[in-house]
Amino acid sequence: MKFSRAVRALLRSRSGFAGSVLVGLLVLSALVSLVWTPYDPTLARPQDSWLLPFSGGHVLGTDRLGRDELSQLLTGARSTLSTALLAAAIAAAVGLALAFAAVLTPRRLGAVVVQLTDVLIAFPVLLIAMILTAVHGGSTWTVVTAIGVGAGVNLARVARAEAGRVLGTDYVLAAHAAGSGTWRTVRKHLLPNIAPTLIVQLSLVLSVAVLAEAALSYLGFGTPAPAVSWGRMLQEQQQYVTARPLLVIWPGLAVAASVLGFNLLGDGLREATDARLRVREVAA
Amino acid sequence: MTLYLLRRAGLLVVSLLAASVLIFLVLRLLPGDVAQTIGGIRATPAQVAAVRHDLGLDRPLAAQYGSWIGGVVTGDFGRSVLDGTSVSGQLAEKFAVTGPLAVGAIVLALAFAVPLGVLAAVRRDSRLGSAVNALGQLGIALPTLWVGLLLVVVFAVQVRWLPAQGFPVDGWDEPGQAVKSLVLPWLTLALAEGAVLLRFVRSAVLDVLHQDWLRTARAKGRTRTSALVRHGLRNAAVPVVSVLGLQIAALIAGAVVVEQVFVLPGVGQMLITDVGNRDLDKVQGEILLLTGAVLVIGFLVDLAHRLIDPRLRSAV
Repeated sequence: MKFSRAVRALLRSRSGFAGSVLVGLLVLSALVSLVWTPYDPTLARPQDSWLLPFSGGHVLGTDRLGRDELSQLLTGARSTLSTALLAAAIAAAVGLALAFAAVLTPRRLGAVVVQLTDVLIAFPVLLIAMILTAVHGGSTWTVVTAIGVGAGVNLARVARAEAGRVLGTDYVLAAHAAGSGTWRTVRKHLLPNIAPTLIVQLSLVLSVAVLAEAALSYLGFGTPAPAVSWGRMLQEQQQYVTARPLLVIWPGLAVAASVLGFNLLGDGLREATDARLRVREVAA
Repeated sequence: MTLYLLRRAGLLVVSLLAASVLIFLVLRLLPGDVAQTIGGIRATPAQVAAVRHDLGLDRPLAAQYGSWIGGVVTGDFGRSVLDGTSVSGQLAEKFAVTGPLAVGAIVLALAFAVPLGVLAAVRRDSRLGSAVNALGQLGIALPTLWVGLLLVVVFAVQVRWLPAQGFPVDGWDEPGQAVKSLVLPWLTLALAEGAVLLRFVRSAVLDVLHQDWLRTARAKGRTRTSALVRHGLRNAAVPVVSVLGLQIAALIAGAVVVEQVFVLPGVGQMLITDVGNRDLDKVQGEILLLTGAVLVIGFLVDLAHRLIDPRLRSAV
């Protein structure tokens, strides 16, 4: 009941609707690519190289190696989506752990955690990825861990502020007086009350993760070939951009649409979960 | 102010130390063996042990850290184990590209983000305001590297006004060429940074517009524009300056990508090459340098905050 009302509120807002459509497209492409793509996205067919769109049965044409552009785009959605989701999961775990460690532990320990978080924020995702790549070489896990940790420390700041606010409320004090232990309070009062803020933040983490995944695989820190990703499509096409600009346009558009989708979804969620807007709905 | 300065500077030193320990430990403790990498997969255990000894990797961690930090304090940020080049030796040459790239991009980003952000806030109910806001949203969503490639297609290939990539071999000895080859990188990086700034300028100005003191200023006879310029902008600047500080980390990351797109021989390209070669001693120094830059700029931003906002000065 509560969930369906939230979904309705989300779809009613213009940005929520547009965001849901764009994210839906991304998810759909990823799912479809699991069972069907027009051609094998990694299959090189030299005799079919540089085909123009709508020729030889290739809707968006082929690249230098004769690989089908549309099949690569669909398959790329999979790596974008899985990286974004895994990174968001790590970010949530890191962010919540750091935030709770800051507000629930004795004050001195909490202050150390706060300082540590501030130092960690000075490491951009790209630098974390570089450290990991220098030791391990590029891989999906390099990218996922770098984005997850990098976004997680930023999430920790927001979650800490929010958790501090909730812990200072009267209902938490009342729960405490009624004999609720720390974990019970966290589970029953803290988590449900910071959830709306966290969900909005996580949708922004997803959009950052999509951008970062594209940049990192472009720089060569991602899963090595033959796995397909939009960032590596851009990197492979870069030197032929003058001859075949369209092959660069498509993957870039796909990244931009996904980022925009998650951003708009975040805006929509913020409107849908805003208590003041909900009050108006009840009054109407 | 002096007390604050001392305390904040102390915090900066502690943060720098913590960052260096973190970089050092992560590079040492993660599974993956540099000696094995250098020796190659066919190296015998004895050969690997010899490489390990040559690199000093068999010494205790604390001793290794001590000699690294000792070097860093005297300006030695590490040396390549592959070809002997040093970070400090290359830095001046590389920074001559990355420095102007980053500074130019920030100036350009501010030059369009501030006026457009103010416009989007003041005219928020008009079509113009919504259009500017939508443009900002779009700017955030566009991948930097893609924007760079599109600019190359338009300006270097179609109309041939500017070079597509590269930097003159003689560097700034050919100022005209050097500036020309930085125009597209500047635009690319400024768009990415500016779009984020625009959003923050807009929301900061929106906040200010609803303040009572702005209404008071108008009641005292100032026009809308003059009240905003005289009272509003300085107040709106406070949150924008802190975002600018946070954006520095994004700017560094953006510069690495842009250098790759336009094949500019800057700090970013040096890093990518060294990471590709698994040249850990250099990578370690370079990452400390960049993280240090982020922390130092954060420190300067905090000081700038106090200069803009006198309320903070008395609040210590």
